Amino acid sequence: MSALFDIDLADASTFPSRRTEAWKYSDLRRYLREAPQPSPTTAIGAPGPFYDLGGEAIVFANGRAVGVTDFIASGEQILRLRYMSDAVGTGHSAGARVVARPGARLLLLETHEGAGSAYVAHNTLELDVAAGAEVTRVVLAEEPEDALSIAQAQVRVEAGGVFRQTVIATGAKLQRVETRIEHHARGAHVQADGLYLLDGARQADLTSVVRHLDRDGTTSQLIKGVARDTARGVFQGKIVVERGADGTDARMGHHALIASQRAEIDAKPELIIYADDVQCAHGNTVGTLDESALFYMQQRGVPADEARALLTQAFLIEVVDRIEHEGAREVVREWLTARL
Amino acid sequence: MLSISNLHVSVGDKPILKGLTLDVPAGEVHAIMGPNGAGKSTLGYALSGRPGYEATEGSVEWNGADLLDLDPAERAAKGVFLSFQYPIEIPGVPALTFVRTALNAQKRARGEAEVSAPEFLRLVKAASKALKMDFDMLKRPLNVGFSGGEKKRMEILQMALLEPSLLILDETDSGLDIDALRIVADGVNALRSPERSMLVITHYQRLLDYIKPDRVHVLAAGRIVASGGPELALQLEAEGYDKYLPAAA
Repeated sequence: MSALFDIDLADASTFPSRRTEAWKYSDLRRYLREAPQPSPTTAIGAPGPFYDLGGEAIVFANGRAVGVTDFIASGEQILRLRYMSDAVGTGHSAGARVVARPGARLLLLETHEGAGSAYVAHNTLELDVAAGAEVTRVVLAEEPEDALSIAQAQVRVEAGGVFRQTVIATGAKLQRVETRIEHHARGAHVQADGLYLLDGARQADLTSVVRHLDRDGTTSQLIKGVARDTARGVFQGKIVVERGADGTDARMGHHALIASQRAEIDAKPELIIYADDVQCAHGNTVGTLDESALFYMQQRGVPADEARALLTQAFLIEVVDRIEHEGAREVVREWLTARL
Repeated sequence: MLSISNLHVSVGDKPILKGLTLDVPAGEVHAIMGPNGAGKSTLGYALSGRPGYEATEGSVEWNGADLLDLDPAERAAKGVFLSFQYPIEIPGVPALTFVRTALNAQKRARGEAEVSAPEFLRLVKAASKALKMDFDMLKRPLNVGFSGGEKKRMEILQMALLEPSLLILDETDSGLDIDALRIVADGVNALRSPERSMLVITHYQRLLDYIKPDRVHVLAAGRIVASGGPELALQLEAEGYDKYLPAAA
């Protein structure tokens, strides 16, 4: 267990509860009072959603590494990082380390693929983006509705590096995708996007902390989500501009649709600024589908369900359109279309 | 044949249409004129099934079907088309995608074969050319950033492609300059046919110079209070609606 990540599935005293501010909307201890039994070994099944894009792979099956756990990228590379779970009622942890060396261009395709049921997964990633390196990380988390899943990433972006990520989450009993980014600025750029698409009683929590540590860095964040039925979406986005990080430009936007009266969205956008001469902005909206647009579409013959799906897709697709890599973008677009 | 009989429609608890009776035979164009607040737009919404416009009494028959039993998309598949006074902007959905989705949904509902992508493109190109529309505009999200005239042309383009049999034009002339009005009217006139009925809802007579009605009806306080030939529209233009309004208290 890395010191960077403070949850240890073998030690229930490390499970965060809502008493901890950063976990107030995602109370792990409410669902998990005792350490789960360790998950059994398992074989890897399906090839995963990004298989067709090729590249190298790091695979964990119920927490156990199938091969290497570390990867060093140089030049132009694709890495599929797969955290697979098919346990029933047990728990497992996995940790990977990825380094993008100076000048590398890495497409990191991370999947949290869940079969089985009621498992507990704690998956971590340490990622270093060197000066002049460019990493696009796409995280697709699709897990059973009764799973508990915590994914935590610690990302270090060196001066002049570029890190873009897009998290796509469908929720679980509790599914948290947390990203902490150390932004060394000096021309470095961070994009920290995400979308959640939740139905039933699923919950997804997209939490990010971007810390601008030096001057002249940019951050752009666009998160969009939809909650149907009794689902619950959580967005916690924090951007900290440390002393001396002048010239920072940081923009954060979170926009959610509530598609049912019993669905819930909790949003906590935070900008904490200790520097001068910075440009920071955040926008946060929660609304419903436009009734007049729905009627207009139906009046032209589009059935209500199809009209809702089309409007929902139109709302979410902006996040997908921002995925830099065309191949990954198309996979996500098709994936999304198939689920609306 | 559209046959509306003793139609009562409420919005919330407020009765708007109070016993409206009207027949529009196939192939005819009927104008509905009336003062503000008479219920003209409500009639368009009630016929097309907008949620919140509740028919509390009466019936609406269209080619043998009871429209009031159908949802808006089912009515559209039966040929009902409401041209909106203010067409809705739909961000994120390209106009082409939208029209093709609508056309194929209607065809599915009627048990007809869907239109293929190349065939659809051919149809749209011909229709947009006839309306002097820039084809590239159709790749943009539906009505987003379109001018008033462009939005109305977009409505006419949809009519031309969806080929409805019952056309309801709600204040189609509002917001149009005279050139745009002529193009829109030409588009509507091109759709006149023996199988198609049209209901032209308008406050002013101006539109009826371009779209000549067979019959003109005056809607006031939720009912048809007078009917006549095209000359009735001219008379209204000259005299106003005063004599049809309830006596001022």
